[in-house]
Formats: sequence, C-alpha cells, structure tokens
Amino acid sequence: MISRYQRRKLINRANLTMAVLTTAFGVFWLLWILWTTLHYGASAVNWALFTQDTPPPGSGGGGLRNAFVGSLILLGLAVTIGAPVGILAGTWLAEFAARRKLGAIVRFLNDILLSAPSIVIGLFAYAIIVDPLGHFSAFAGGVALALILIPVIVRTTDEMLRLVPGALREAAIALGTPYWKLVTRITWRASASGILTGVLLGIARISGETAPLLFTALNNQYSSVSLNRPIANLPVVIFQFAMSPYTHWQRMAWAGAFVAVVFILLLNILARLIVRRHSGGI
Amino acid sequence: MTALPQSQHNTHVPVPDAITKPLNIKVDVQALNFFYGQFHAIKNVSIQIPEHQVTAFIGPSGCGKSTLLRTFNRMFEIYPDQRANGKIIVDGEDILSSRKDVALIRAKIGMVFQKPTPFPMSIYNNIAFGIRLYNKLSKAEMDSRVEACLRSAVLWNEVKDKLHQTGTSLSGGQQQRLCIARAVAIKPEVVLLDEPCSALDPISTAKIEEMIEELKTDYTVVIVTHNMQQAARVSDRTAFMYLGELIEFGDTETIFTKPTKTQTEDYITGRFG
Amino acid sequence: MKASEAVRDDIKTIATAADKKSTKTHPRISGDFLFRNLSAAVAMLVAITLLGILIALWREGWDALHHFGWKFLVTTTWNPVSEQFGALVFITGTLVSSIIALVIAVPVSFGIALFISEMAPRWLREPVSIAIELLAAIPSIIYGMWGLLVFAPWFANFEPWINSHLGAIPGIGILFQGPPMGIGMLTAGIVLGIMVIPFIAAIMRDVFIITPAPLKESAYAMGATTWEVARKIILPYTRTAVTGGIFLGLGRALGETMAITFIIGNANNLSASLLMPGSSIASVIANEFTEATTPLYKSALLALGLILFVITFVVLVLAKLLLLRLDRMEGRQA
Repeated sequence: MISRYQRRKLINRANLTMAVLTTAFGVFWLLWILWTTLHYGASAVNWALFTQDTPPPGSGGGGLRNAFVGSLILLGLAVTIGAPVGILAGTWLAEFAARRKLGAIVRFLNDILLSAPSIVIGLFAYAIIVDPLGHFSAFAGGVALALILIPVIVRTTDEMLRLVPGALREAAIALGTPYWKLVTRITWRASASGILTGVLLGIARISGETAPLLFTALNNQYSSVSLNRPIANLPVVIFQFAMSPYTHWQRMAWAGAFVAVVFILLLNILARLIVRRHSGGI
Repeated sequence: MTALPQSQHNTHVPVPDAITKPLNIKVDVQALNFFYGQFHAIKNVSIQIPEHQVTAFIGPSGCGKSTLLRTFNRMFEIYPDQRANGKIIVDGEDILSSRKDVALIRAKIGMVFQKPTPFPMSIYNNIAFGIRLYNKLSKAEMDSRVEACLRSAVLWNEVKDKLHQTGTSLSGGQQQRLCIARAVAIKPEVVLLDEPCSALDPISTAKIEEMIEELKTDYTVVIVTHNMQQAARVSDRTAFMYLGELIEFGDTETIFTKPTKTQTEDYITGRFG
Repeated sequence: MKASEAVRDDIKTIATAADKKSTKTHPRISGDFLFRNLSAAVAMLVAITLLGILIALWREGWDALHHFGWKFLVTTTWNPVSEQFGALVFITGTLVSSIIALVIAVPVSFGIALFISEMAPRWLREPVSIAIELLAAIPSIIYGMWGLLVFAPWFANFEPWINSHLGAIPGIGILFQGPPMGIGMLTAGIVLGIMVIPFIAAIMRDVFIITPAPLKESAYAMGATTWEVARKIILPYTRTAVTGGIFLGLGRALGETMAITFIIGNANNLSASLLMPGSSIASVIANEFTEATTPLYKSALLALGLILFVITFVVLVLAKLLLLRLDRMEGRQA
C-alpha cells in the first residue's frame, strides 16, 4: 500500500514538474524570439531607416520609408473598410439576432472566417480584384487585410454589446428612444472601450500579415501612395530582404521586424490597458 | 483518544441516558481561526467531535459552518489565499501542522458536497476511482467491492444494470448517494457532509438521511445543514455557529429544547437567520 | 445572460411596435428600419464571404482541376516548364508539418494550461498567460526569419545526433535520416508547433478554469493528487472542448504560410525523411504565385488554395462544433 502510494506521489511530482517545464518551454521561445528581434533589429535601426526608400539590389544605404508609409496606408484602408463593416455586422448579431437561429449561423460562419488561413483570403482578394482589373494594387491589399480584420471586429463587437445590461436598454426604451438611437447613443457608447480594444487587436493582427499581400499589394521598390498601383509594405519587404543573400538587406529586414514587433506589442499593451481600465465599467 | 472533557460549552449538558460508556473524541478542534485573505471567517473555535456520532453544524448562511468543515480535511489548501491556524487533532495528531502528506489525511476523512459531483466517468469507475488510489485489486475483488459500496448506499438495485453508464445519467438523489458511496468506498474514519441534501427533493433527502443513520455505526459523521429539522432528525449533537463563532454545542435534544444562549434560541425559533 | 436577452427581446418588440406607430403618422422610412436592415445586410455580407471564397477559388482553379481531373490530387509531379501539375507533394507536406506541430503543441499546451489553472500561485498566473498569448501576437513572418536565420542553424547542431540515434531505429528510422541542414520538414513542424501552442493552450486553460470547483474538490477530498485530478477528472470533463481546441490549432497550422515558407526548404518532391526539405500548399503558393506566368500554372496554384481552404474549413467547422457543445453543456448547468 505504501509503495502504491509512493508511486502515485512520484508520478504526480514527475508530471507536475513536466507541466512547469512545458510552461518554461513556451515562455522560452517568446523570450528567444523577442531577444533575437531586439538584438539584430535595434542595432540596425537608424535615422535613414525612416527617411530613405528601399535600396536597389546590391547597393548600400537606403531605408524602409516607402514600406512604412505603404503599410500605414494599407492599415488605414483596411480599418476604413473593416471597422464600419465589422461593427455593423457585430451590432446586428448582438442587438437584432441574439436569440435567432440566423444569428447563430452568422456567428458560426464569422468564427470560421476568423480562423481561415490568411493566404486563402489573399487569393480571394486576388480573384475578385486583381484578376478582373488586371494589375496588382494597394486597394486589393487593403481589401485583403480588411477581410482579415472584419471577423475580429465582428466578434468583439458582438461580445461587448451582449455584455451591456438589459436594464440600460430598458431605461432608454422607457424614455421613448427609438431602437437605432438606443444602439448608437447608448449601447455603443457603453461598450466603446471594448469595441475599440477589438479594433486595436485586429490592427495588431493584420499589421504583420504577409501572405495575403503577396498577391494583392505586391511590393514597390519606389515610393508610391496611389491606391491603384502596387505599393511597398513592411511585411513583404521584410520577406524579400530576409530571404535575400545580402547581409545589408538582412540587417534592414531585422530592423523592420523590430519596428513591427514593437508596434504590435504596443497595440497589445494599449488594448490590455483599455480593457483593465474599463473592465469595472460594464 | 481522550475521553470527552467537560468543556466550557457543554458544562450544562447532562450526559444522555443512552450513552453509557464515555465517548471517544475523534476530532478535537482547539482555538481554530480561519481567514479568507483578510476576512476573519472563524474566530477562535474549539469543539470536540465524538466518535461514531452524528454531529451537526447549524447556523445562518455565512456563519462559517462550511468553512469549519473544510478545515477538517485541509480542503482550503488548494486555494492560495485561504489559511487556518490553531489545532485540529484527529487520533492524537494535529492535522493542521502535520508533516504527513495531505492525501493521507484526506483518505481518512471523506467529504461529500452540496451539489452531487459525479466524476466524468462510469458509475462503476466513480466508486473504483478512489479505491484504485490506495489499493490494487483484481477485477473480481474490485467488482465485489464496488457492489458492496453501492449496496450500502441502497443504490445497487437501481444501477446494477447500468454500471457502465456515466454518473451524470442518474437522478440528483441517486447521484448524491453515489457520491456518499464513493466517499466511504475508501474506508475513511470520518465522513464530512456539506449540506448534502440542499439540492435534493424530499424523497431523496429522506433516503440520504437514512444512510446517515447507518453511516454512524462505522464512521464519525459531521454534517453541515441549513435545515434545522434535518439537524434535529439526524444528529446526536448539534453545534450552533454565528458570525464565525461557536455559540453553543451540545446534545441535539438539549440544543433544540432548552438552549442556554439567547442567540441559539432566537435562531432555532426562527427569529433570525 | 438568458434573462437579459429575454428582456432585450421584449424591449425590441415594444420598440418596433412604437416605431410602427410612428411610421403610420409620419410617412417616411424610419431610422430603425434603415438601421436594422443595413446592419443585417452587412452581417449577411460577412456570412457569405466564405461562400464567395469557395466560388472564387473554384472558378479560378477550374482550369487546372478540369485539365488534370482527380489526378491533380494524387500525382507528385510539379513541373511548371512542362505544365504538369499535381498537388500530392504539397498536401502531404501540409499534413506532415501540421502533425509534427500538434505532436509538440498538444502536450506542451496541456502542461501550460495545467500549470496556469492548477499550480501557479495567483501572482504568476496572469504574467504567464500574457506571455503565452503574446506568442500568438508575434507575426508569422518574424517566426519565419527567426526560424531561418537563428533557429535552423542552431537546430542543425542536433541533427547529426538525430541521424545517428533516431535514424538507427528500424522502421521509423527512415524518417530521421538525411543531411543536417537545419531547414526541412521537421524544423518547420517544430516552429509551427510553437506557433499554435498559444491557441491550444488558451482554450485548454479557459476550460480547465471553468471546471466546477466541487468536482475537483471531491477528487482532492479522496486524497487524489493534482496530477490525478487533472488527468482523471479535469481532462475527461473538458475533453470535447480540448479536442475542439486541438482542431482549432490544427486549422491554424494547416494554413500557416510565412514561417513555413522560410523554413520548410521549398523542395517540390516527396521525401521519406523529415530532415529533408519539403513544401506545403501555403508555401508553394507564396513562393511561386508571382512567378506563375501561364494561366494553367496560376490556375493550378489557385486550385491548391481551394484544396487548402476546403481542408481547413472542415477542420475548423469540427473545432467550432466541438467547442459549441461545451458552451451548451455549461449553459444547461448554469
């Protein structure tokens, strides 16, 4: 009996030790990747990175200015398309379809879309925009990113609106407020911080997306702000430079990666701060 | 094991006629304090729980009666911000300061919870789970052990044809009897019942109360209940707790007929709580 | 939740009734009508996107699918020059790399979830959770760069050992023979595993935490150890959702592109050894799409996209259905 008991203790201790080790294992990769990005990236960040455009192959110098500008344009475009669509669709789910079968189906499909491979979304944007128009364009890239952003925003909007207490709605209705005003003036406002968090996390997610841009925005060695032409963007430039044989380009890829990681981490921190600050509110 | 001392709380209690030999103390709680973080939930409680008796803890909700029960098997330890000090002596050993593995203490002190908690496994394995923790039995031995446990819970006839269905397929009352059978399957010495009937209908409650009566011959039973009639029906001794303090402890009949403290009287006559 | 929804529906009925009255007196399209239908239309648009993807990829990939028929799925030739295209190499690569990823990610995620939900002191829970969640926030291209330039060269140091030890095992040894290049199927699978850990671990942690306390306590009360509670009580209780979480991770792994493209080696042929370079559906599309000049070549790549979409769709639907079952169970018990 004691030996059986001792065996159980031993198994318990061994497995709990494994659990601690696996956790350390998970955190270890995070630290390693962050450290690598910091180590190679931070040292390669300089003023020229933000003031000069991508250099032609083989030449020294240059920066990533056009890629930064292009990425910001793409993000802006994606948010302009994705935020209204996502918020409206999420609002419909929470406010008009909360207990309807159709609502459940739409929510289900949205969740699938949320996890769909981004490369497939890119191919879709290629098929509906690039192929018919006959050329790659910043617009197609923005649409591809918007398609990735939308399900994220739909989901958070839906969840946040459903947290708004029924009593708040009741109070507004009792005053004779029409339902659309109730939603836009009261429930949206009550869950504004939650919806904003969703948008921020969505932006964080799309700002590193590379695969969908390969077939849509493509890349542009030169500075361009036209939505109708291919546009330089950070992820694709990082991809090309990192895969290139030039150490100079690889260094710039690390610098770009560093900026991207810092941007994404800041967005994540900001989103968490907003949630924490307002979590008592709802 | 010590003989029941005349503690400050039961000096007035006459020794019941039925009990001729002196009672052994199974659980001797001395100056116990309990904290949920900063909240002082149990205040300097001392109580002696006699062996082979049913002791009931009663009191309004939040009085600390369940908390007190949960110190007897150190259940609170799985939550980081709960702590206890004082002594809980079982068979001469203070289980709070014991260096002995808590699993061995819990093997000796079984517990049944408010809501039935059938494990996510078959009815058979619900019983076998605990037995397997301590003994390696052959299939035949295990079968007979499981059957014996289910019979003692008067559940055998109801479940013998569906031993391999999940425990959740049973009714609430059956589930709770399964849980009691499961707790006694590992042959503990003390059985703690934390409001075992509060989620059950009157018929299931009656069956559980019958079980409690039988458990007493083999085990020391401590039951927390918010139902005063139940305490009166099943227990030999009753402790009344209020705001974390033990107000009065003594023979059940005395507590319910001529309590010495006004708070006890107010509570049992329904003036508060 | 349920009650507040009911209240909300009542309010809605009242609101629409009031609204109808007002439209009668003022003959104009009401704000409510507009708002409701606009938001409904947008929601429908989102919902039919999946169907749109299916149709668009089917149309674009039709040339190749029609030209090669079923053989597209089962042949290994991928020759842009002679325009012979078969998807088997890439389908295999996608599946094998994802399976390696799960072999690593599932036990690790279980350990992490167990640590966070049952073992970690309170102050440590959130930092560890956040660290694991941040693994998911790092863009896949960073994993790719790091994998290619840092991890693969480091991992190559271990490959001779893998060669001589695992490679010597009869039967499965063939999986571990090959030159120690660092990049290849195994490396890609490992990096992919790290990438899906946060998704699986988050779901496991969430469902472990909502396992009812009395259930765990009942097992502890019998003297069960933490491991026994986790293995015999928590895991069986949450198994549907855990399976759902694993499928969700699988869905992520199957479609992961950039990291794989960097590390898998991009060889368009089948190899028995996991140390050899390979290709996945996503990596070949990412690598070759802009180079695909002929319509048939492009169509073949889009057909690959369709196959990837269908596979991930099925996996994700299974994942969601399994996770929904837990939601319902929780709903009934609440």
